[in-house]
Amino acid sequence: MATSEVQEKPSILDFKIELINKRHQSGSLIPLLQAAQNSYGYIPEKVIHYISVLVGIPAADIYGVITFYSQFRLKPLGKNLIRICEGTACHVNGAKSILSALQDELGVSVGETTEDGLFSLVSVACLGCCSLAPVIMVNSLAHGNLTSDKLKKIVKKYKAEEKYREAS
Amino acid sequence: MKKIKVGLGTCGISAGGDLVYNKLKEEIDSNNLNIEIQETGCMGMCYEEVLVEVIDNGESSLYSNVTVDKIGRIVNEHLVNDNPIKEWIIKSKEISKEDEFLKNQKRIVLRNCGVIDPTSIEDYMLYDGYKAVQTVLKNIPCEDVIEIITKSGLRGRGGAGFLTGQKWKFAYQEKSDKKYLICNADEGDPGAFMDRSVLEGDPHSVLEGMMIAAYVIGCNEAFIYCRAEYPLAIKRLRNAIKQCESKGFLGKNIFGSDFNLNIKIKEGAGAFVCGEETAMMSSIEGKRGMPRLRPPFPAQKGLWGKPTNINNVETFANVPWIINNGWQEYASLGTEKSKGTKVFALAGKIKRTGLAEVPMGMTINEIVFELGGGIKNGKKFKAVQMGGPSGGCIPANMGDLKIDYDEIVSTGAIMGSGGLIVLDETTCMVDLARYFLNFTQNESCGKCTYCRIGTKRMLETLERITEGKGKDGDIEMLQDLAYKIQNSSLCGLGQTAPNPVLTTIKYFREEYEAHIHNKKCPAHNCAALITYTIDSEKCKGCLLCLKICSSNAITGSKKTVHIINQELCSKCGRCFDVCNLDAVIKN
Repeated sequence: MATSEVQEKPSILDFKIELINKRHQSGSLIPLLQAAQNSYGYIPEKVIHYISVLVGIPAADIYGVITFYSQFRLKPLGKNLIRICEGTACHVNGAKSILSALQDELGVSVGETTEDGLFSLVSVACLGCCSLAPVIMVNSLAHGNLTSDKLKKIVKKYKAEEKYREAS
Repeated sequence: MKKIKVGLGTCGISAGGDLVYNKLKEEIDSNNLNIEIQETGCMGMCYEEVLVEVIDNGESSLYSNVTVDKIGRIVNEHLVNDNPIKEWIIKSKEISKEDEFLKNQKRIVLRNCGVIDPTSIEDYMLYDGYKAVQTVLKNIPCEDVIEIITKSGLRGRGGAGFLTGQKWKFAYQEKSDKKYLICNADEGDPGAFMDRSVLEGDPHSVLEGMMIAAYVIGCNEAFIYCRAEYPLAIKRLRNAIKQCESKGFLGKNIFGSDFNLNIKIKEGAGAFVCGEETAMMSSIEGKRGMPRLRPPFPAQKGLWGKPTNINNVETFANVPWIINNGWQEYASLGTEKSKGTKVFALAGKIKRTGLAEVPMGMTINEIVFELGGGIKNGKKFKAVQMGGPSGGCIPANMGDLKIDYDEIVSTGAIMGSGGLIVLDETTCMVDLARYFLNFTQNESCGKCTYCRIGTKRMLETLERITEGKGKDGDIEMLQDLAYKIQNSSLCGLGQTAPNPVLTTIKYFREEYEAHIHNKKCPAHNCAALITYTIDSEKCKGCLLCLKICSSNAITGSKKTVHIINQELCSKCGRCFDVCNLDAVIKN
C-alpha cells in the first residue's frame, strides 16, 4: 500500500515502557495519555492512577486535562471510529442531512457506540478535507463528496469486512 | 525514461489515490516497464483528484479524475505505446484545460507541493532544499537574516498578520540560557486546510524554515504542535525529521557550524483554543490549554518561562524561498502593506475547490470567478466567509475588494489562516452565524466569563431566531453582547468570536429581520421556517421520496400523486434531494 497501511495497535506493554521512559520529562502528560489511549482504546481509571503515582501529578489534575481535550475518552470505543466533520464547508454542503442519515443507518447518536460494538460515532470540528465536503473519516481514511446513498455503501462495506473476518 | 507521480495528499487518498497508485504499480510490474512511480502531495486541484502525472523526457501530461478502471488504457496507450489519451489529460504541452486555475497563481509556499516526493529528502534537495539554511549558517549573520525577513514584508500567516521579522527580533534580543521555537500546525479553523497540504506535500520546507528561525533567535529545541486530526501530516513530518537526523541536518553541529537543533512533534489533543499562542504553550507543558494574560509576551516569557517564538506553518514555508530569492523578489509581490502571496483554501459552493496561492491584492471576484470557476450548480454568489470562526462574511457586492490584511479587517472579517468559504443563495446567514457561535461556544476554554457565558447567551438567541422564535430587540441584544465579549476576553478566541454575528448583521440585517418578524428564512434553509410540499402536476408517483422518508410522512402509491403530511414531516429534506422531477417544493 502506498500510504494508508494499517497502523498496528501498540500493546499495553508499549504504553508501560513509554510511561517509565517519560515519567520525568516535563510536558509528558499529554503524550502519555495519548499513548495510553492508543494502547487501551480509551483511558481507564486505573491508568490515571498509574500515571499520577509515576509522574507525580495529582489524579484530579490529570482528569482535568483529559476532560479539557476532545480527543480523550474515558469509555472504550467501538471497533471502527467514524468521525463526522462539522466544518464550515461541510456545514454549507449539507453535513446536517449526512449526520441524520448516518445516525439512522447506525441507530446511534453522536458520542455513542453501536450495540454490536462495531462503530462509534463522534463529531469533529473540521477534518481539513474541505474540498471534499461533506466528509466523514472512518478510522484514518477520509471519505468525501458524500450522499446518503454513498454513506450507506460505506457502512455496509465495513460491516461486510467484519463478517468476513469473523468467518475466516 | 518515463516517470509517474500520483497525488497522495488526504484529498487524493480519499478520492481513491492509493488504489490508483497500487494498480499502476501492479500494471507497470506486470508489463515489465522501466518506469519510476512516486507519490507526491496535493497539487491544489482537489476537485480533479485523483491526479496522475506522466513525465516523458521532461514533458508532462496530467491526467485528472483517474480511477482504477482507467489505468488499463493509460498504461496500454500512453506508457506502452506512447499515445497520450488526449481526452483525459487536463494539462500538457498542447492541452491546458485548467489554465484559469493555474495561470493566476504564484506558487511560493506550494512550490514543491505536487512536484516532489514528500517522503524523500533527496527529492527536496534537488529543488534547492536545505540550500537556504546552509547559506544562512555560512554567510549571513543573525541580524541580517532578521533584516531580510523584515524587509521582505512577510507577515504571520496564522491570521493576526504580525511582521515575522519583528517577532524574530524580539526573541533574538532576549538574553536567556534557553529559548524555544514552536511551529503552529494546529490548523483549527474549520474550512482551512492549507497547512495540512504543506505538511503533507512538502514537510521539509517547513523544517528548513524552522531551522533558520531557530538559528536566528538562538534556540536549540523546537516543537511542531500539530493537530491530531492530521494523521498523514504527522507521519510525513516524523519521516522528514528522521531523514534530517540521519543526514546530520538536525542534531549537533549542523552543516559544520556550531548550531545545534532538535525538533520534536507534539500532537494536539483536540482543542481549538490551543491555536492561540499562550494556550498552545500550556498544552505543550502538558496542561489544560488555557490562555494567559499578555504581557509578558511569549518572546519574553513563553514555554516553561523561557523566551519563545511561535510562527505558523505557512510562514515557515516562505522563509527558505525568501533567503534563496532575496527579499526584493518577495516584496515585489502583493500590496503596500501585505507582501508576498497567500494560500487560500477554496471550499463551499464553488466549482473548483482546492488550494490556490495568489499574490496579495487579488480581488475576491477574481478568486471566486476566475480561479474558482464561479458558483456550483448555476446558483447566485452571495458572500465569502473568511477567517473561520474569528472572521466574518463579506457580501458579493464587495467582490472588488483587494485581499490584503488591512482591507479585510476594514470589512469586519479577518484574513485568518486563509480559509475562503464561498456561499451561495441557499446559505442562510443567520444559520451560519449560529453555526460559528456554536463552534466557539464549544471551544471556549471557560476562563473568561463573557466568553464562557456571553457566547452561550448569543448562541441561544441565534437558535431561537432560526427556530422562528425571535423577537424584537434580539438584534440589538446580540450586538450588545458581542461588544462586551470582544472587550472582556483575554485571548483571540473570545475577542473575535462575535465577528461572524456582527458581519452578518452588518451586511445581511434583512435576513435576521425576515426570521424575526416574518418567520421566514429567505434562503429556505432553517428547518422550522420551511415546509415541503409536493407539486401535483410534476409528481409522477415514483415512490422514491416515499421510500426515503424516515418519518413515514409521505403517503401515496405507484403512479398516484404523493402527499406530505405536515404534522409528521421532520423536514430533513431527503425527499427534496431525491426527487428527479423537481416535484418537491421547499418554501
